Amino acid sequence: MSVKAAPRLRGKDLVGIDPLSPGEIQLILETAEQMRDIAARPIKKVPALRGKTVVNLFMEASTRTRFSFEVAEKRLSADSLNFSATTSSVSKGETLVDTALNLEAMQPDFLVIRHQYAGAPHQLARILKSSVINAGDGAHEHPTQALLDALTIRMRRGGLEGQVVSIVGDLQHSRVVRSNILLLNRMGATVRVAGPPSLIPLEMDKLGCQVYTRMEEAIAGADVVMMLRIQLERQGRMNFPTVREYYDFFALTPERLKLAKKDCLVMHPGPMNRGVEIDSRVADGPQSVILEQVTNGVAVRMAVLYLLAGGHGEPTAD
Amino acid sequence: MHRVQVLDARGVARALERMAAELVERVGDEKLLYFVGVQTRGVPIAHRLAKLVAAATGHEPPVGALDIALYRDDVGPWRAAHQQPILRDTELPVTVDGKVVCLVDDVLYTGRTIRAALDTLMDYGRPRAIHLAVLVDRGHRELPIAAEFVGRTVPTSHAEDVQVRLKESDGEEGVWIAKEVAE
Repeated sequence: MSVKAAPRLRGKDLVGIDPLSPGEIQLILETAEQMRDIAARPIKKVPALRGKTVVNLFMEASTRTRFSFEVAEKRLSADSLNFSATTSSVSKGETLVDTALNLEAMQPDFLVIRHQYAGAPHQLARILKSSVINAGDGAHEHPTQALLDALTIRMRRGGLEGQVVSIVGDLQHSRVVRSNILLLNRMGATVRVAGPPSLIPLEMDKLGCQVYTRMEEAIAGADVVMMLRIQLERQGRMNFPTVREYYDFFALTPERLKLAKKDCLVMHPGPMNRGVEIDSRVADGPQSVILEQVTNGVAVRMAVLYLLAGGHGEPTAD
Repeated sequence: MHRVQVLDARGVARALERMAAELVERVGDEKLLYFVGVQTRGVPIAHRLAKLVAAATGHEPPVGALDIALYRDDVGPWRAAHQQPILRDTELPVTVDGKVVCLVDDVLYTGRTIRAALDTLMDYGRPRAIHLAVLVDRGHRELPIAAEFVGRTVPTSHAEDVQVRLKESDGEEGVWIAKEVAE
């Protein structure tokens, strides 16, 4: 049984995977698959979002995601404005809501926000008339990352249903894992997670995944292994003795990868800590689809922008 | 729903044969010809025209498919249904550069689809010329666009709906004019 795509997105915003139905997820993935082709054209730009303004409000460091959104916006002919916390009035003490209201007074159509606090995009979505897209909020959600991961699996495997996806690493600080568990469950995949006990949040299993503390058990027979970055900058205190020991127990090495299915896909949301959570021989190996994830990221963000630009509310007669 | 048939399967076949013959005569060098169907029903019609040109000349022109959704002028807030057009495949098996492209669609109405198709095509290359072939011209143009090859001109009112049904996509074949009737 494959999920039938919804005719449209119901919401004004994309704040997380949680509010999306399977049909809406399917619509985004099918649209993104078409968007991929635009990068192969002689002119890599379509006029669909001409005259739309997108504010990229990044309150936290990001290269890949910010770049990816910017490329997506430009490919759709939208005008992008980039806002970074360090060079703005945020450093003078302005609140997030005031910043957002001031930006909205300049009539943007979209606000893409990355923020260190969970729920920041949700708060703005309630206040603002523009469409808010969550580009990562604290350790909560990162919906476009989960969508691009799903697109990568779907394009390689033809679908998500029945796939066994093992996610290994820092589960405590990862928004990627939360969005992925929600999405993969909704689309009929099985999710296993593993990490050191000190980096597994309480009641992790309630999200709908099988929790392991030994990596080998989690990846045995898996279709996809997704490695999470050890977020060294978020470790208030050391949750494991040394990086070397982490590598010994939780790094994806060529030997460990042999436990998974023979054609198991290797994924990583980036940026990678080579030699910490992933061995270079695996990261650069034939099963790695890490750079495909980056390519698909642009397509997924184009799809989300395009679909949200259709407006929202109850459909009226055409 | 009240439905009146204006072309049956034989009528469609005859119209396409005539259009193919006119095309060959007009283009001269059929080796330059390239059929590009507008998604969705323009695509099977483009394939049929290419087959007819092949039967007449011995050379089968390439056929492509063009999706114009991202070039429409009614995406975004102009769209009442809050629903963006579904994206379909664009497949151009050979480059359009230097080719005599024949755009193919089922129905020509406001001309807005063809405007979008022209812009889409231009982003893929620089054809030597672009012609337009449609199975039905129902009038009511909103843009200065005309088709050189027309299967049947059908005068209609805005309230009417022109339905083109093809074996390939619909299981039945023919052209109907449908009108909502109050019971």
